[in-house]
Amino acid sequence: MGSKQDSRKQNRREFLKSGAAIAGGAALGAASKSASAQLEGPEAYIHGSDDMVAYGSRSRFVNSKRIPHGGRHSPDQFGLDFHIATPLQDQYGVITPSSLFYMGTTRGSYLPDIDPNKHRLMIHGLVDNPLVFTMDELKRLPSVTRMHFVECAGNRANSRMTTVQETHGMTSNAEWTGVLLSTLLEEAGVKEGADWIVAEGIEEVKGASSIPMTKAMDDTLLAYAMNGEPVRPQQGFPLRLLAPGFEGIFNVKWLRRIKVVDQYYMTYNDYGHLTQDPATAALGYQIGPKSVIVHPSGGMQLPGTGYYQVSGLAWSGGGRVDRVEVTTDGGQTWFDAEIRGEPQPMAHTLFAFDWEWDGSECELQSRCIDELGQVQPSRQEVGEFWNTPPGERIRVRGQDNSIQPWRIHSDGSVHNAII
Amino acid sequence: MLLGFVANAQSPTKYGVGRTPTAEEIAAWDIAIAPTGDELPDGSGTADAGAQVFFEKGCAGCHGTNGTDGLAPRLVKRDVGELENAWGYGRILPIRSPYATTVWDYINRGMPLGAEGTLTPDEVYSLTAYLLFLNDVITDDQMVLDKESLPKIRMPNQDNWAQVPDWFPKQPRLQGYPY
Repeated sequence: MGSKQDSRKQNRREFLKSGAAIAGGAALGAASKSASAQLEGPEAYIHGSDDMVAYGSRSRFVNSKRIPHGGRHSPDQFGLDFHIATPLQDQYGVITPSSLFYMGTTRGSYLPDIDPNKHRLMIHGLVDNPLVFTMDELKRLPSVTRMHFVECAGNRANSRMTTVQETHGMTSNAEWTGVLLSTLLEEAGVKEGADWIVAEGIEEVKGASSIPMTKAMDDTLLAYAMNGEPVRPQQGFPLRLLAPGFEGIFNVKWLRRIKVVDQYYMTYNDYGHLTQDPATAALGYQIGPKSVIVHPSGGMQLPGTGYYQVSGLAWSGGGRVDRVEVTTDGGQTWFDAEIRGEPQPMAHTLFAFDWEWDGSECELQSRCIDELGQVQPSRQEVGEFWNTPPGERIRVRGQDNSIQPWRIHSDGSVHNAII
Repeated sequence: MLLGFVANAQSPTKYGVGRTPTAEEIAAWDIAIAPTGDELPDGSGTADAGAQVFFEKGCAGCHGTNGTDGLAPRLVKRDVGELENAWGYGRILPIRSPYATTVWDYINRGMPLGAEGTLTPDEVYSLTAYLLFLNDVITDDQMVLDKESLPKIRMPNQDNWAQVPDWFPKQPRLQGYPY
């Protein structure tokens, strides 16, 4: 086995020793400068340096970025309130890069700067064995790695918005690694009648949410990693609770305490999301079936007629995406889109559809059907279901999962077609 | 090594990872207050005393001298006259919240910003009483709030909110709703 490699090394050494390598290199260099048939090279070459060793960076030609959500300045005047939307239009595949993950804060906090070696998680309340874990101890326990989206309750589209970043940028998707909360709750031993947990962060206001025990024991995950590295500070470093498919605020960041309790605790976060209407409350809890066409989307320009791959993202808080349908005639005819990859529960799923644009004005839409049979509605369908009087503006109750229409003008420009 | 195995074997848990917190640790960490007020500490306060604390502790600096005119969230119900449905006063904690315990809990855990956890139970009871007084939830500025009386305060929205439905895996979010 060794002899072949040895002989290769030997040949290489002899070649280098002979001086032919240097002479040949010089000749090649000269040729590339003089030959007019050579293709143009890159703008420049980046020389290796010590600061390129530890952590990579993107090309200076790639400048996609997050923007403040909802037309308000982020951060706010105190410097604590961030609501920033991810550039979906620049994303490929289903993973949101950690640097571009959307962010919404839990009602006002500066970003906690937490030393993971000092961080502790306590589980207590209605349990047989209250427990405290260090981060290292949590990492010793059996882990899971799963794809899940997180979406802000405020990810709501309206007619004044232009781009998909504005209409849908308050959702992002990552691969998360951590310990299932059920693993820890089984360690602690949940007592009879403990129907809720209160999950609490470490930030100034110690954002806390009441989460049903059924969810805590089902698929709730305490994540210490996202996209292959520790969870980012804006996402809850060193530990974030993920309640897959629940509205963003339930996904408690900077998690330090799980209290097992016998009642809904009406925390400040809970109170902030209250509504008077039971249907609205239900629709603002588990996220509904939802999708959006990302290519093409608002603000883009089709260069001309011909073939386009229409593509976008679909997801549901109820489970896996089962199907995605696309229409190019404003909802008259629907076609099955192709699902790319294996849909994961409560995860962004890529869909694509082959389309020939003939140059006429038209309207593209997509709709998601999830594994529970829930179908993403148009705004008109929502209006009809709730008997909205004709002419009255339709407001989607709870979390907005309505179909996003994009209108293609005959000049190829793409526009938000929400009325 | 042997000792480690013995310790694990005696552990009531499957993995034997993590440690048991002391009662003092749990007490120090446990700041969540149930609507029934179970965890409320000893101590007491009045709106009269709370008005003092509101200025002494710098609350007015962010929330405004009247609790209506600062950069921080408004603390007094919207000026819309007397309403049949208290929901209309706005999403303002001491008037919207169904339970006074949430007001106490949030002041205690999160305020004053940058010096959270420094208020004494008496001060938190007093501030809670002051905010409830400003919102006409209580009308007597000498009324004493403590762990007995606070959970009994009847907030105008106590029965005026929708509980989220019981949640189970693989269920549509709202029965009968196709979307």
